[in-house]
Amino acid sequence: MSGPFDDFDDFDDLKTAMRAATPTPDATRKAKNIALAGKNFATRQESTAQVRFTSDRPKKGLFRGVFSMFKAISTRQALTASTALVAIGLFVYMPALQQGPDGLTAPTPEAAVVESLAGSLDSDGRARLQAAGEAEELSVAPMEAPVIAEQADMAAPVDTIAGLSSSTSVMARPSATAKMEARSLPSPPPGYVDDSQLRIEADTEAYPDAEPNPLKITTDEPVSTFSIDVDTASYAILRSSLNRGRLPSPEQVRIEEMVNYFPYDYAAPLDEVPFSTRATVIATPWNPDTQLVHIALQGEKPALDTRPPLNLVFLIDTSGSMDAPNKLPLLKQSFQLMLGQLRPEDQVAIVTYAGSAGQVLDPTPASDRATILAALDRLDAGGSTAGQAGLQQAYATAEAMSEEGEVSRIILATDGDFNVGIHDPEALKDFIAKKRETGTYLSVLGFGRGNLDDATMQALAQSGNGQAAYIDTLSEAQKTLVDQLSGALFPIANDVKIQVEFNPAQIAEYRLIGYETRALNRADFNNDRVDAGEIGAGHSVTAIYEVTPVGSPARLSDPLRYQAAEETATSAEYGFLRLRYKRPGEHTSNLIETPILPGGEATPDMIFASAIAGFGQLLQNSPYLGNWSYAQAIALANGAKGDDAFGYRAQAVQLMRLADRLSQ
Amino acid sequence: MRMMVEDQHLAAAAATGDAEAFSVLLDRHYDRVFGLAYRMTGQRAEAEDLTQDICAALPAKMAHYQPSARFSTWLYRVVVNAAHDRRRRATTHNKAASGWGDWELDRQAAIADSNSQLDWLTGAMRGLPDDLRDTLALILDEVTHADAAEILNVSPGTISWRVSEAKKHLRALKQQEDAP
Repeated sequence: MSGPFDDFDDFDDLKTAMRAATPTPDATRKAKNIALAGKNFATRQESTAQVRFTSDRPKKGLFRGVFSMFKAISTRQALTASTALVAIGLFVYMPALQQGPDGLTAPTPEAAVVESLAGSLDSDGRARLQAAGEAEELSVAPMEAPVIAEQADMAAPVDTIAGLSSSTSVMARPSATAKMEARSLPSPPPGYVDDSQLRIEADTEAYPDAEPNPLKITTDEPVSTFSIDVDTASYAILRSSLNRGRLPSPEQVRIEEMVNYFPYDYAAPLDEVPFSTRATVIATPWNPDTQLVHIALQGEKPALDTRPPLNLVFLIDTSGSMDAPNKLPLLKQSFQLMLGQLRPEDQVAIVTYAGSAGQVLDPTPASDRATILAALDRLDAGGSTAGQAGLQQAYATAEAMSEEGEVSRIILATDGDFNVGIHDPEALKDFIAKKRETGTYLSVLGFGRGNLDDATMQALAQSGNGQAAYIDTLSEAQKTLVDQLSGALFPIANDVKIQVEFNPAQIAEYRLIGYETRALNRADFNNDRVDAGEIGAGHSVTAIYEVTPVGSPARLSDPLRYQAAEETATSAEYGFLRLRYKRPGEHTSNLIETPILPGGEATPDMIFASAIAGFGQLLQNSPYLGNWSYAQAIALANGAKGDDAFGYRAQAVQLMRLADRLSQ
Repeated sequence: MRMMVEDQHLAAAAATGDAEAFSVLLDRHYDRVFGLAYRMTGQRAEAEDLTQDICAALPAKMAHYQPSARFSTWLYRVVVNAAHDRRRRATTHNKAASGWGDWELDRQAAIADSNSQLDWLTGAMRGLPDDLRDTLALILDEVTHADAAEILNVSPGTISWRVSEAKKHLRALKQQEDAP
């Protein structure tokens, strides 16, 4: 015996031979098939979008679905081919249907026609159509609607298609006959096409609308006031965007949330105050002629053994839209992780809201893990969203659980679709704010993409003195709910406001990096009735100003000719930092004051924070960075990773690399 | 620009409705899908049709993709299941009608594509029982025994047995043809 296949144990030869024997796919069929898949994908998104009831669809999202559908079938070849494709699309849709329901409910009438038709081809080339579930023969008539829609969409002239089908006679299978028949249907009534396409809602995410803080001239506006922010959602959202291969849009970038995502090891506070305050002047990485004022707050580390018992109410969105692997299942896993962190005397209750709100777990001691896990396991997604009723029930439950000296917190987990039944989001915020006064706090966890109402999430958490975090992976759940649980659940200071007064004798211009959604009026600082952010146990908060010293060549505004700056202060101080906070349960604020002095020394933590601030500005296309690029941000962050016990900083560098490549 | 993004991330995005991610993903894997379809059916035209079936049904299946699964493994399972469905349907239809003409034309075209030795291999593959052919198709596409076991939903032991059975079949065929 001789020849290459004598020894079949030599599989490598066989593999090579097999690979050589496999023909390359037909290019025309490939383009058609890919276009068909794109079309079915768009159809599917359309019908999925329609089972969702959104009451506050943002206007700008309206056309995106249409664009993305056309993008999916953009090659010229695919465009000319796709009219002829619809008949094939109808019958090959069958395998999906044969394998049982695919989770969709209530498609629109148009979509129903497409999806309920399970057609197959007889060997003689006649199309036989079956309505799903019935074996009855139908005429071709029901095909009209989808075919018409497709034909009009692409507006392809008939002769193009005729030419196409003859040029592809190699694969002239029986289906060719059917598709030619299907095409010769009457033209659509006017207006039909627009109607069917405009309902595509690929993306209904909503983000707060805030322009990056502009440069301020010290002599015009020496005082800058803002509330602290311990949310981290923006970082997780932009990470999820970058990992999908897309640069986040500038309004998704909130620099303070990116900077505050990372744990920093700032100096611990002294005994009498709940947190330490430091202001350090360091070099600006992106501009040699300006400096950064790095303001760091470090909350006291929690004494875990002595913490008061905790009452937790999980308020879980179980509406139909939560039925996705990265929503309800991830949520269940996240809460299971968190359960391990609770102590026996803590109590947990679960309230769900979908079509109607309901309590699925009465207050149960955290020691009874089996009961809690079983209740979590039973959760099932379905129905629309009635957020308000759920929230009211959750607050009622939390109040019933609360005893003197205990901390109650509601953890709202949602994909963001929260507005059915609420005509006035302001009223909802007021309601949450009022409940906050009674000692029940609210944190919000966001899950999934596509419908995330980031603006509402943030507003609710701000009103509820809580944190808004976005959970896209189990490791993010680990960070938010396990590693940093104490900070998320135990407030040590409420209504923390920061006010910086710059010295015009030293500082010509300044710019607060981030905190756009947290700006306060100057008068709000001393007004204890104005709400602001809270600091949890062990939290650190960072705020960064870029300042231009007087006489620096980086100064962007010219000094006024006729109104000489009144330089009453000749101090060397760059400015003065004032900070107000309330201890939990108190109603009057305490004041911390500290001067900002030049000549500080940058720690790796500060350098890393400035690298992240630079990264955020790169994503925002900030005009203040000059030629500073991702490469420099990466080098800066890499040099300041420090211990990075959890690997968060290494991950940030990865994201910078990804953003660098995506932006080219 | 999305070309460097990992399959898993793209698949997760596509599962939640990202049409662009879906399109990139399909572009990237179309040839592999077709290749496996070809090896499982042994006929070019059948492979083209099977690939079309898969493309049409993929959007619905995509929604159920679990990020924990490797995308290529998941996709192979989709291909294998679609091929099985197609076979089941084919046996219920009487194929000996007008379709044969086209089929034979396609087959001749496919034969012309490759030299006679490779044709022997594809012909031999075609001669294998379905389960052996499926297994061999995967193994010859660099799929590990463990992954093939997962894709075909059988034990790794079964895969090893099938591979050795397939080798025996091929060897026997070869001997048969070599015999005068």
